[in-house]
Amino acid sequence: MPDLTAKKKRPRWYNLSPLNLPLPGLVSIFHRVSGALLFLGLVWFLFLLDMSVSSEAGFAHFRTYVGHPLVKLALLALLWAYLHHFCAGIRYLFLDIDKGVDLVASRRSSYAVLAVSLALTALLGVKLW
Amino acid sequence: MVKKVVVGAHYGLKDWLAQRVTAIVMAVCTLVFIGALLGGGPLSYASWKALFAKGLFGLMPLLTLLFVVSVLIHAWIGMRDILMDYVKPTWMRLAFQVATILWLVACAGWAARILWRL
Repeated sequence: MPDLTAKKKRPRWYNLSPLNLPLPGLVSIFHRVSGALLFLGLVWFLFLLDMSVSSEAGFAHFRTYVGHPLVKLALLALLWAYLHHFCAGIRYLFLDIDKGVDLVASRRSSYAVLAVSLALTALLGVKLW
Repeated sequence: MVKKVVVGAHYGLKDWLAQRVTAIVMAVCTLVFIGALLGGGPLSYASWKALFAKGLFGLMPLLTLLFVVSVLIHAWIGMRDILMDYVKPTWMRLAFQVATILWLVACAGWAARILWRL
């Protein structure tokens, strides 16, 4: 008797690229990535805070330090991480209390999280520099 | 011998709740801090230092304390979740988790030193 299950095998290909994720999935993995970034950036924040409040000279040094283009770029990335983590976190708090859990609403809110955090990063970035 | 069964509906609830409570605390602190920054004039060393030392009618030290403790708890639970998902060998995961705790406690200690010598 021929093996029927063998005939039913189809080629399978899963596209696991993050760019292929639906929006809520993208927001989810960004939440994780931004959280890890913030954890790694924590010690640098402390370094900056320590410098800025240590003395008048430290504050002046802090100003020139954060004026460096590479430092600005890194700070902008961490600013995005903070804002994305903030916005996505608020979305999760609403999902926790069963607000906006249906497909349409959750897609909309994840789009809003991406848009608002990017817009705020741009806004604050322009304002700070 | 007592055997604790680490399964069931309520295992992990405390951490889950702590993650959300600390998130709300930090979110409120962030908004208040941004408000204080926008409300103040142009930044100088004196005003920047005064903001942390006695800003918000003297409530700023309490706010920073709440924030530091919240970061400590929140970052620990978050990092633990990430490590549980991606680091499979038990010894390696434990090593990373211990390193995370030590690192976070050290960071909190530094934050306390910075903020309480003002």
